[in-house]
Amino acid sequence: MTLPTGLEHVATADELTSLIAETEHVMVCCGRMGPMCVPVYGVMEDLRDSGDYAHVEFRDMLFDSPESHVIRDLPECSSFRGLPFTVYFKNGSVVAATSSIQSAEQIKAQLDQHFSG
Amino acid sequence: MNDFDVLVLGGGPAGLSAAIYLARGKRRVCLLDRGTVGGQVLLTHAVANYPGIPERSGYEIAAAMRAQAVEFGCEIVSNVTIESVDLRPDTKSIHTAKGVYTARAVVLAMGGAPRTLELESEARLQGRGISYCATCDGDFFQDQDILVVGGGNSALEEAVALTKYASSVTVVHQFDHFQAYAHAVAEAQNNHRISFRMESVVEEFVGDDTLTGAVIRHVPTGETKRIDATGAFVLIGYVPRTESVAECVVINERGEIVADEAMATSVPGVFVAGDARAKRYRQITTAVGDGTIAALSAMEYLEAKLRSPA
Ligand SMILES: Cc1cc2nc3c(=O)[nH]c(=O)nc-3n(C[C@H](O)[C@H](O)[C@H](O)COP(=O)(O)OP(=O)(O)OC[C@H]3O[C@@H](n4cnc5c(N)ncnc54)[C@H](O)[C@@H]3O)c2cc1C
Repeated sequence: MTLPTGLEHVATADELTSLIAETEHVMVCCGRMGPMCVPVYGVMEDLRDSGDYAHVEFRDMLFDSPESHVIRDLPECSSFRGLPFTVYFKNGSVVAATSSIQSAEQIKAQLDQHFSG
Repeated sequence: MNDFDVLVLGGGPAGLSAAIYLARGKRRVCLLDRGTVGGQVLLTHAVANYPGIPERSGYEIAAAMRAQAVEFGCEIVSNVTIESVDLRPDTKSIHTAKGVYTARAVVLAMGGAPRTLELESEARLQGRGISYCATCDGDFFQDQDILVVGGGNSALEEAVALTKYASSVTVVHQFDHFQAYAHAVAEAQNNHRISFRMESVVEEFVGDDTLTGAVIRHVPTGETKRIDATGAFVLIGYVPRTESVAECVVINERGEIVADEAMATSVPGVFVAGDARAKRYRQITTAVGDGTIAALSAMEYLEAKLRSPA
């Protein structure tokens, strides 16, 4: 079960676990194809295509998949009440997480703060 | 150098339609959007009234329009910071974080954005109880007490929809009457889970990590009261996003750009389309119609300029 976006998808919890174990900088946006989520996928696609964040792996994950417990149950997301849940992993650990729609500026600020090139 | 025949500012249905017509008319056209291309259509879960297209998600409609514009040769730059615009000279320029874009004509299609209450506590608790989309976030509030702020069609329809999840919905509305269709008002009033606080405004949302309540002020008496709520949906309409061009073209008291039948604004070579324009009905179809007219007018303007360059 994956989302119909132009991003690469994380389909299972195991996939995410190995991705963050093997990759230094990972941004995962876990949502649906709704109004608050689609703009975030769009920003991620643009940032990926710009080449400015070649050191970051951009992925999405379907919120309604049972496998997304790996994001939903993170302590960093426990107070979240709005889609999407966006999580930034550095060397396998969560360094930031946001709830609800984010602008390109907000996403770049997180990437610049936590994932220096 | 990013020089084009026409620049389109905004990539909702109005801007994309203009771009499709211009690119198909063999004009060099670049569409700049400060967000993700698609505009408010991306906010729409299901569009059922676009002629010829059976019910489809807003995302699919926007993606198809974008693909069509690109196929005809339109260049699209999305999620770009627009720093300033200079529309008065013959050569118009748009300064962005990715460089300066110039053209002989511009179509303004910046559309609208959800109106917010502009409270510090609202921004801080967005995604932590405060939402602008009931369809997206309603299911986080199963068996909880929530607020809906607003008194228009969207607010009342979403209040009813939210009773599927919430144990109670309190509608907070600033006036003593609703600005909604009679059937939407009746449906909300007949729902036993919905109560109303009329002539009332939210002074502040309360909560540290997540929303726990709101302070409501009754406008006529000035009396304030705290209401417990874990969710609040702010549905108070849309505002035109014309602030970036307000110095260049004539706008009305509602912030909408004034134009004639040809979509021409007060500045030669500058056209407007869609929800940013002063008009009565705001729909995808009307945005598409405006975009078409603006593109055809821009092409006519460019041809006239070629014939009499002075
Ligand atoms: C929840 C919801 C449901 C709706 N449902 C329907 C429906 O079912 N059927 C229907 O016909 N209509 C519907 N509408 C209305 C319809 O979506 C709008 O009328 C239509 O999208 C307006 O198109 P537009 O291109 O003028 O503006 P928008 O769709 O608002 O697009 C404007 C674009 O301009 C960009 N922009 C803004 N400012 C700038 C700037 N300074 N520089 C560069 N880019 C900028 C924005 O990022 C955006 O992409 C709905 C609206 C909403 C909010």
